[in-house]
Amino acid sequence: MEFAELIKTPRVDGVVLHRPFMPTVEGTLCLTGHHLILSSRQDNTEELWLLHSNIDYIEKRFVGSLGTIIVKCKDLRIIQLDIPGMEECLNIASSIEALSTLDSVSLMYPFFYRPMFEVVEDGWNMFLPEEITLTLLTDEWRLSSVNKDFGVCPTYPQLVAVPKAVDDDTLRKVATFRHGGRFPVLSYYHKKNGMVMMRAGQPLTGTNGRRCKEDEKLINATLRPGKRGYIIDTRAINVAQQAKARGGGFEQEASYPQWRRIHKAIERYNILQESLIKLVEACNDQSQSMDRWLSKLEASNWQTHVKEIVTTACLAAQCIDREGASVLVHGTEGTDSTLQVTSLAQIILDPCCRTMRGFQSLVEREWLQAGHPFQQRCAQSAYSNSKARLEAPVFLLFLDCVWQVLRQFPCSFQFNEHFLVLLFEHAYASQFGTFLGNNAAERLKLKLPQKTVSLWSWVNRPQEMERFLNPLYEPNNLVIWPSVAPQSLLLWEGVFLRWNRSSKCLDEAYDEMVHIIEYNKELQSKVNALRRQLAQLETGDGLLETP
Amino acid sequence: MEHIRTPKVEHVSLIDRASPRKPCVGTLYLTASHSIFVEHDAERHRETWVLHSLVCLVEKLPTTPAGCPLLLRCRNFQVFQFIIPQEKDCQDVHASLTRLSRPERYAELYCFSFNPNTDKEAREEGWSAIDLQAEYRRMGLPNHLWQLTMANRDYRVCDTYPSDLYVPKSVTTPIVVGSSKFRSRGRFPTLTYYHRDNHATICRSSQPLSGFSARCLEDEQMLQAITSSNPGSSFMYVVDTRPKLNAMANRAAGKGYENEDNYSNIRFQFLGIENIHVMRSSQQKMFEVCDLRSPTMTDFLWGLENSGWLKHIKAILDAGVFIARAVAEEGVSVLVHCSDGWDRTAQACSVASLLLDPFYRTLKGLMVLIERDWVSFGHKFSHRYGHLDGDPREVSPVMDQFLECVWQLSLQFPCAFEYNERFLLHLHEQIHSCQFGNFLGNSQKEREELRVRERTHSVWAHLWMNRADYINPLYRPDHSQTQGVLRPATAPYCFKFWRGMYCRSEQVHQRPPTVTDVLTTVREESQQLEAELSAQQEVPRGTAHPASEQENGDFGKDAYDERHSQDEHSE
Repeated sequence: MEFAELIKTPRVDGVVLHRPFMPTVEGTLCLTGHHLILSSRQDNTEELWLLHSNIDYIEKRFVGSLGTIIVKCKDLRIIQLDIPGMEECLNIASSIEALSTLDSVSLMYPFFYRPMFEVVEDGWNMFLPEEITLTLLTDEWRLSSVNKDFGVCPTYPQLVAVPKAVDDDTLRKVATFRHGGRFPVLSYYHKKNGMVMMRAGQPLTGTNGRRCKEDEKLINATLRPGKRGYIIDTRAINVAQQAKARGGGFEQEASYPQWRRIHKAIERYNILQESLIKLVEACNDQSQSMDRWLSKLEASNWQTHVKEIVTTACLAAQCIDREGASVLVHGTEGTDSTLQVTSLAQIILDPCCRTMRGFQSLVEREWLQAGHPFQQRCAQSAYSNSKARLEAPVFLLFLDCVWQVLRQFPCSFQFNEHFLVLLFEHAYASQFGTFLGNNAAERLKLKLPQKTVSLWSWVNRPQEMERFLNPLYEPNNLVIWPSVAPQSLLLWEGVFLRWNRSSKCLDEAYDEMVHIIEYNKELQSKVNALRRQLAQLETGDGLLETP
Repeated sequence: MEHIRTPKVEHVSLIDRASPRKPCVGTLYLTASHSIFVEHDAERHRETWVLHSLVCLVEKLPTTPAGCPLLLRCRNFQVFQFIIPQEKDCQDVHASLTRLSRPERYAELYCFSFNPNTDKEAREEGWSAIDLQAEYRRMGLPNHLWQLTMANRDYRVCDTYPSDLYVPKSVTTPIVVGSSKFRSRGRFPTLTYYHRDNHATICRSSQPLSGFSARCLEDEQMLQAITSSNPGSSFMYVVDTRPKLNAMANRAAGKGYENEDNYSNIRFQFLGIENIHVMRSSQQKMFEVCDLRSPTMTDFLWGLENSGWLKHIKAILDAGVFIARAVAEEGVSVLVHCSDGWDRTAQACSVASLLLDPFYRTLKGLMVLIERDWVSFGHKFSHRYGHLDGDPREVSPVMDQFLECVWQLSLQFPCAFEYNERFLLHLHEQIHSCQFGNFLGNSQKEREELRVRERTHSVWAHLWMNRADYINPLYRPDHSQTQGVLRPATAPYCFKFWRGMYCRSEQVHQRPPTVTDVLTTVREESQQLEAELSAQQEVPRGTAHPASEQENGDFGKDAYDERHSQDEHSE
């Protein structure tokens, strides 16, 4: 298919662009296969380059022959284009609609994007599964290639870490007992006390309480003698009960006597999607009263979801660090709420995950390799009218939770809020291939490493990285326990109010903060140099004085 | 001392709300001014001091096997829970504290016994540190448009106003007297803020006694004179900060609001700030939310909405924004009033001043602003903050709301304020605690009668001495955010719940350091490094900015005893 077929009118002159907190620009609108471009052809105004894949929804309005297209983006920005001529406007609108909803992944921009920078360190090779997990391995764990051809579990990577005592045949049997073949694998190894966090899909116990000896053996193999472990089921007990009717279920006490099961209620799918839609609608309503705002914020339930996820992650971390127990986390498929909990728990427990590199590795390991279906979940954002089926802001919620912890521990993270916002943007629309596909198998088939550029290749260039480093960072090797009180969890303004309020004063404050710290460093080095000089002088004097 | 039934109780537990399972055991002492809890732990020997005047409620909870729980709720929203082994002791402590926390006479208040080891000279210097005449001079008064009137010397015209007031040059004493007779409690229109750039002013008064049809020639002349003293505009705004309904109801009682037909060249506007009773119950509802044990997000957000608190804060800030915009952007003078003109009027005028003039965003400027718009203009501190056991219907968090407006603004403009959150919190505490004489009584006249300048100390000197604790590290006098008029956004989502104020019982030492804490430390370190460098060689140019050092010496000697400044949680 040629993009040209979809572009009925490639350019229109005299288009006026309105953007939040920026002066209006009049210029020429161009449509290319992947971009909507507006250029005034003057040097002093910024051009607009908008990826079609970033467009969530468009609205058309007409006043006489002047058409207006309201473009609502997946990053939650809303822009307005005034286009003279009804026909041009209709053509542009239908082209944008077609180009922003391309079905085929291989037509996406990352396959066409050529980097304007030299790739120094290829992001595709930075976090190979072998390297990721090898660091975690002890004599109790091994890497298994039972899923080499994705036959055992289509959503797992080729290599997974499992207890050494369990062989591949057992894994194959366990896979038949777990949803989507997602048998329990190692997610995190707590060096401090050797406890582990595992994740899996729900056990397929069904209504008649099916058992699987191999499954019991596998997870029991992770327990120290005489110790008990915790199973954290991310579903409310009634939801887990209902799952039995569809062949799913949860671990019965009788079959898993060494495990204590705890149910938490983390929502999924359309409930999250609707929550996002309501929240964004509330944030965009400029004319409302305080009562209406607070009531809409409450009704969106977004903050409740954040609180539930942080609370569950704290629970998992507590079991491991305070109780000295191993933990198995699962929900239904083990690709959404499970990953929110396991990844956030690692942020709490492991100082490495709070570094730039470590956080990228966490996203790679616990989200991309672990088979979170990015393509499905991030196909639509908050403005889409189409009925959400597979879309859900699961990853955005995770980023929101990380932001909450970062805000509570402003010195413990090497990266800043901008980095989290960047990941949100790129998960939904990107020139990079990192978030394409739904799992490792799909990415391999799409040959992403060969055909696209990794987001990490770009982010880790020193000149880019600088913007994402937290100037207050002081490595903190402790476990950090965030407060989950409702008054401690705030609305993430950097994402949800980003286009509704000017950030000028906050940006200035950030610059001021950087300035204070840089100035301190400058003084430090001057004083150190001076002290060295003085020390040299003293010894020099000493030499002169000796006869 | 006669109210102390038992001066000392042993084996008392203090429960930390954050970790209630690990109480610390110690001895509770009752003194004339404080409850002091001394931990037994030999290593830490931590002391907790609670000022009696800060306690607003002493509550005895049902006896448990561990003993009798006693809950102290403080006006600064701290909560202390003790467990006293013997029922009898608990009763005694309860009775003593109940009496001690409700003084009946001014003479019982802490400020009359508080003695920070300073000599007479330093005390007097402390009192003269904030000089309102200097403030009017700073604004450019008197000038060819405005003059100091002698009408209220010895509080002859209005006993809740200060004696020195500014009125338009054309206004004679008979006009002042006439106008004052037409205003509630004689609070005639007078200047509070003068905008040098364009001669526009903010004036304040109480409501007119207009009823349904009454007029007063002198009052009309007064307003005409205010309009005429602003050469840039042919009209003025008259702003009634009350909701229209309340103002109309007042007409039946012979009060009310200005009729636009009777006054030439005024534009009348209601601003809809609720009265003190609504605000009191709103804050009460918000405390109930903060007090919930492990609330869900829904409990919290619903409770916050239901309390209406942020809605009221928004109304006050909106009022300030309206006035500031009229003055700065339209160049129009504004007369602000409510009923008596000492609560909502004070809030609206001081918020507007803060938006208009960068001076009030400095440490000293905020002190001056509070001294002018609140202290001198007769905000009823003793009634509103329940200094003495009295009518609970007079109590209302008027000043709390002003301080919260300042805090909300500092969120939007992080570099614009010289002071930090801690300063606002300490101010709040001082307003309630009566450790200093500044906020005693209900008017300037009362304070003179109480001879506070001779018998007590000034809080401003105390705060100034500890100013290093109150500096916002992001503030720079030459920063663009610091300059000119602030134009805050007032969409509902711009208002935040003030956790630092209302969640005091969360143990501060368990929280990770805030950005402000870290930056303050870094800046202090930089200053030391600068000192070390300048001792050896020149300092790198253009970067040094310790704002706090500019006005050094304005406040006299640092003669106050440090220990008295940290009553709570001192080591």
